[in-house]
Amino acid sequence: MAELRTMYEKIWDAHLVRQQEDGTDLIYVDRHLVHEVSSAQAFEGLRQAGLPVRRPDLTLAMPDHNVPTTARTDGVGNPIAIEDPESALQLATLEQNVAEFGVPFFDATSINQGIVHVVGPELGFTLPGSTLVCGDSHTSAHGALGCLAFGIGTTEVEHVLATQTLRLRRSKTMEVRLEGSLSPGVTAKDVILAVIGEIGTAGGIGHVIEYRGPVFEAMSIEQRLTVANMSIEAGARSGLFAPDAVTFEYLEGRPMAPSGVAWDDAVESWKSLRTDDGAKFDKSIVIDASAIVPLVTWGTSPEDVVPVTGNAPDPEEFGSETKRASVRAALAYMGIAPGQAMVDVPIQHVFIGSCTNSRIEDLRAAADVLRGRRLSPAIRSAIVVPGSGLVKMQAEQEGIDKVFTEAGFEWREPGCSACLGMNPDKVPPGESCASTSNRNFVGRQGPGARTHLVSPAMAAAAGIAGHLADVRDYAGVPA
Amino acid sequence: MSLTIIEGKAYPLGLSNVDTDVIIGSDWLKTVSKEGLGNGCFAALREGNENVFNDPRYAGAEILVAGANFGCGSSREHAAWALADMGVRAIIASSFSDIFSSNAFKNGILAATVDEAAIAPLVEAARDGDLKVDLLQQTVSAGASLEFDFTIDSFRRRCLIEGLNEIELSLLDAEFIIKHEQRVAGQTPWLARAGTA
Ligand code: SF4
Repeated sequence: MAELRTMYEKIWDAHLVRQQEDGTDLIYVDRHLVHEVSSAQAFEGLRQAGLPVRRPDLTLAMPDHNVPTTARTDGVGNPIAIEDPESALQLATLEQNVAEFGVPFFDATSINQGIVHVVGPELGFTLPGSTLVCGDSHTSAHGALGCLAFGIGTTEVEHVLATQTLRLRRSKTMEVRLEGSLSPGVTAKDVILAVIGEIGTAGGIGHVIEYRGPVFEAMSIEQRLTVANMSIEAGARSGLFAPDAVTFEYLEGRPMAPSGVAWDDAVESWKSLRTDDGAKFDKSIVIDASAIVPLVTWGTSPEDVVPVTGNAPDPEEFGSETKRASVRAALAYMGIAPGQAMVDVPIQHVFIGSCTNSRIEDLRAAADVLRGRRLSPAIRSAIVVPGSGLVKMQAEQEGIDKVFTEAGFEWREPGCSACLGMNPDKVPPGESCASTSNRNFVGRQGPGARTHLVSPAMAAAAGIAGHLADVRDYAGVPA
Repeated sequence: MSLTIIEGKAYPLGLSNVDTDVIIGSDWLKTVSKEGLGNGCFAALREGNENVFNDPRYAGAEILVAGANFGCGSSREHAAWALADMGVRAIIASSFSDIFSSNAFKNGILAATVDEAAIAPLVEAARDGDLKVDLLQQTVSAGASLEFDFTIDSFRRRCLIEGLNEIELSLLDAEFIIKHEQRVAGQTPWLARAGTA
């Protein structure tokens, strides 16, 4: 009888170029996404070594982290110059590099441009059973399609550009299984925050997570992308969903996906990727889905989650002095009193965007809460940054942009924006933001900025209330 | 450059979950070079009054002692470049994020994993005097009385000791890469080429 294997092991085995004597594996990379922040030094390395890009045709580049989200072309379609000289140089460097090395590229004015992790799936660049890498930790997102995807550093980017491979060791496997069903108002974002709260930000180190069970199977691809995206926040480099009918329906007809006979062959092959019944995981986590409620973060790590109806922790209740000190520091940074009710936390900024929550379903969910309502006067800035040009276009066709602008939001051009505060979109020091992004680290959205991670619907509710708020108190709650 | 033994002052940081945003803030990611990032290293922590990075006792240390999950968060290799630029050559922690430990190694920085129980005594020892990190013996010690083993991937250990370049190593496997590409083109041709948008 053939050995029982998990999906991770099947994809790994199919990409094994060579097993080295020291136990490392040379693994083939099928798809490589490139952006401006993690690639300049890699291309420079190639140049110095006199090496070409081995497979430019399997590579796709676009700017996302650093691009402004304000208008990119003037009234007559000419690109608008970027003011910040460092940003301008970094973006120009990417353009030079892709031209010199022959890498396919979407510039900031292309309808296909967007956050790499939104663009890959929506164009069908990301495929089940493939390996995909990018110099960005949230590459784990692509696992939603059953693709083994993970973030790499710049030296690894150079390695992939030069060889189309990586030298790695096999990871351990972890299954996260959700039993039962979700309550109304609970979204994919709440699910992954609950998982991170459960296993901690270091819980997945050395592991690849596979999300299993009826709740995950019932999720759309958009929702699976939200979950897989934040696998890295649980310490896991990758997260996987078994490809199924939902996956195939999502991918069929996407421009870079196979078509015709190749499509039929591909689907047949993708069906065999799922984990064999009885295959063993190194670790299993089971979570009761019905116990998950809408969540918010109170602190400066994504594991600092609490029900929106709950309270911030009291540092004195923790057993060790190290833990007490770190909770105290996090509360002080966030400007939150020990034991404070989360719904009493005032909010001045709302950010709807990032590779976690900037797809069409995310925008629809926020718009459903906002329709016919206005932002609280306490809100100083509220921006919606669609994940890609295509998402933006679709939202405009559906009239969602109007719902946002009528509520008082600004409707922006696609990019990473305030998720990491590299471009001018930042949260000012000491001010609080309800954010649909993935990291609430110290200074992440700007020096001194205070970030509360929430779902798109919860971000909308906070905007209306002017403080963190329970989306279940608003009509139009997502089911 | 080969790395075997590092002996000297160490930053007694001791913190857990030090993320790469804290190691180097996003303002520093606009650079197109690897140089000069040390100036921004731990800027968010340096703003506080009491911190090991502003303390003259530890200035110029080549060793850093941290707690669990060091380097979590972003994949930015700028974090490793910043630490290297600041002069750090070895980091002792009870665990590392996968991407950070890989980035560190690729920049010649030893990421040494010790037992959680070793962190507090090592932080204490670093406050009082020098530490010695020995990659050959895989130990970190202070004086004659305090010594802990650490773990590191065997391939990485060899590369650090011998100063090997991984890209050059992998290029030697070109024939295996070509064979793999031929196999994929036959078996799963949709992976062998990407469509166009
Ligand atoms: S949106 Fe945020 S998390 Fe996602 S790739 Fe951009 S910066 Fe990284």
